[in-house]
Amino acid sequence: MAKFSKKRGKASPAISTASLPDIIFMLLFFFMVVTVLRDAELKVKVSTPYATELTKLEEKSLVNYLYIGKPLQKYQALYGTSPRLQLGDKFSTVADIPLFLEKHKIKVPEARHGQITSSLRVDGEVTMGIVTDVKTELRKSGQLKVNYSAKKDPDAD
Amino acid sequence: MAKKSTRDRMTNEINAGSMADIAFLLLIFFLVTTTIVEDKGITVKLPPWSEEEPDPTKLKKRNVFSVLVNAQDQLLVRGDPAPVEELRERAKVFISNPYNAEDMAEKPTKAIISLKNDRGTSYDAYLRVYNELKAAYRELWDELSQRKYGIPYSEDMPFAYKKEIRSEIPFVLSEAEPTAFGEE
Repeated sequence: MAKFSKKRGKASPAISTASLPDIIFMLLFFFMVVTVLRDAELKVKVSTPYATELTKLEEKSLVNYLYIGKPLQKYQALYGTSPRLQLGDKFSTVADIPLFLEKHKIKVPEARHGQITSSLRVDGEVTMGIVTDVKTELRKSGQLKVNYSAKKDPDAD
Repeated sequence: MAKKSTRDRMTNEINAGSMADIAFLLLIFFLVTTTIVEDKGITVKLPPWSEEEPDPTKLKKRNVFSVLVNAQDQLLVRGDPAPVEELRERAKVFISNPYNAEDMAEKPTKAIISLKNDRGTSYDAYLRVYNELKAAYRELWDELSQRKYGIPYSEDMPFAYKKEIRSEIPFVLSEAEPTAFGEE
């Protein structure tokens, strides 16, 4: 009996928390790696529609983003309420698309130019008029791989 | 001697307890500022641009599955109004033509889906229609794949299998120049 009580008395030192920072740092690095900092501030309202037949865009460096939607409340006084195209971080017109594509292209190795995808992030309420204009301009610029950005339909299956 | 004793005290371990708090702060900062962008969508291959008018090749009427979407987001499928929910099933029957109906595709390789919308169609409706048509093809590929190889159709199945399936039921969707009747 005496032996047992002695052991109990010895097992009281506090658990070392020295490894806790390492664990947290691991979490931190995990989040830093998996998340992508949004490169451009959105100036148009984009709420993409739902769909089921989705494919994932794999390599971020091979993707350029075109946003179409109504200007946000604070820009409406200047740009109106009709849907606008946003390239990078500024409002643009369809005529700016070729230059935008070219600017993205020079950052990509030449061998992979064929794999560049344009991601069209379009608000669900936008009418097809401006989308068609953008599509036509993309076709004229030879950018044929397009991804209509959509959210996974929660009601599917 | 007094000096030596302070030195001894300095060799004590630095308290690392606050390290966790600092790391937590950083972690929370990154959690808040970053957004996980859902980079998913319907991938489409656009046709190359050509200045000349499309060649009015004589297509047999039975091989064309025409879908029209007007500015009120209503559908006209092969001449009749139809809800979007029926589109997938109708497209599937049209492409595979299980009963060899006179007015449906002769064989899947000859089937053409023609999609036409208005400039006033909402993007939401357009994408829903596109999604249904793509789903119809995906389900047909899936059925064929199950029949032939006993595995479901997926993007990472062997390339030869995929090619075989895609050549048997090719995805042909032609988009006509939109009409401009509706208000944008």
